[in-house]
Amino acid sequence: MLHIVNKSPFEKNSLEQAISNSKDGSAILLIEDAVYAAKSSSSVAEMVKGALGQKTVHVLGPDFNARGFADEDVLEGVTIVDYSGFVDLVENNGTVQSWV
Amino acid sequence: MEDEMMEGGVVKKFMYVNRKAPYGTIYALESLEVVLIAAAFEQDVSLIFMDDGVFQIKKGQKTDGVDMKNFSPTYRALEMYDIEKLYVCKESLEARGMSEDDLIVDVEVLERAALQDLMDEQDVVFSF
Amino acid sequence: MSNTIDVNGKTVETDEEGYLVDLSDWDKDVAKILADQDSLELTESHWEVIDFLRDYYEEYQIAPAVRVLTKAIGKKLGKEKGNSKYLYELFPYGPGKQACRFAGLPKPTGCI
Repeated sequence: MLHIVNKSPFEKNSLEQAISNSKDGSAILLIEDAVYAAKSSSSVAEMVKGALGQKTVHVLGPDFNARGFADEDVLEGVTIVDYSGFVDLVENNGTVQSWV
Repeated sequence: MEDEMMEGGVVKKFMYVNRKAPYGTIYALESLEVVLIAAAFEQDVSLIFMDDGVFQIKKGQKTDGVDMKNFSPTYRALEMYDIEKLYVCKESLEARGMSEDDLIVDVEVLERAALQDLMDEQDVVFSF
Repeated sequence: MSNTIDVNGKTVETDEEGYLVDLSDWDKDVAKILADQDSLELTESHWEVIDFLRDYYEEYQIAPAVRVLTKAIGKKLGKEKGNSKYLYELFPYGPGKQACRFAGLPKPTGCI
């Protein structure tokens, strides 16, 4: 299953809820303001690291770059995807849930 | 009051508090437009960037891939509009793993308590 | 509602006030035709201001307010040009509104 989050983790707890309500083996994709959670250093980095053992975490590159972060600023273990990577995630993970 | 107006207008203290990340919502851009329009009225203007608002002035924004306008360079024009008081919340920067070096404009970094004092001194506070 | 202008056989879209819809449509011929609509012939002095505006927009992503433009022109091109008399003589409909339109920029923020 693919869980898509688009809200800033500093403003809303959508990401936290997506992490705690998703099964092991599922994929989490961070888009729009949720990409801030993919930074290598911040107060939410630990939460994302904690999810990485059981789930895969992806960040939409164009949204990450738009907000001033280069690819090398990404948290280790999080993969950067482009729009076609987004489509692949949707295609390969069955059901999609958006945590607005 | 009327006398003051005739002597060139009343100058009030206006503060704009920016608390939202850019692009995900329209707040940041709207606030910037309001600030630029208000600059024409020659008031005592100051800006605070706190919470996710600190992301508005993050260096290195590249929006080509999302087909949106990168409006971050406009913050560098504020100085020419005589808007020189830019304050940033220290705790907000730290929580986001950022420092003053990550910002595209010269700012004064203050702790929350100091920002509260500043807000207290204002005639008008606009929060975005 | 939108309008179009014809530039060397190419159709360029403008908004109802004559500002370019797509800023990348701009070139010197577009500027000349826009000026022509206002019965104005562009001289070196006009181009100086237009070029300045385009550089300003490139750097700050904003069309400057008249007050800011006047001050900045004075700094860059000299005091005798950085005043509203000089700029209004060049652009009778306003150095903000009219010059920005010729330069292919949006209407300056705060201009009513």
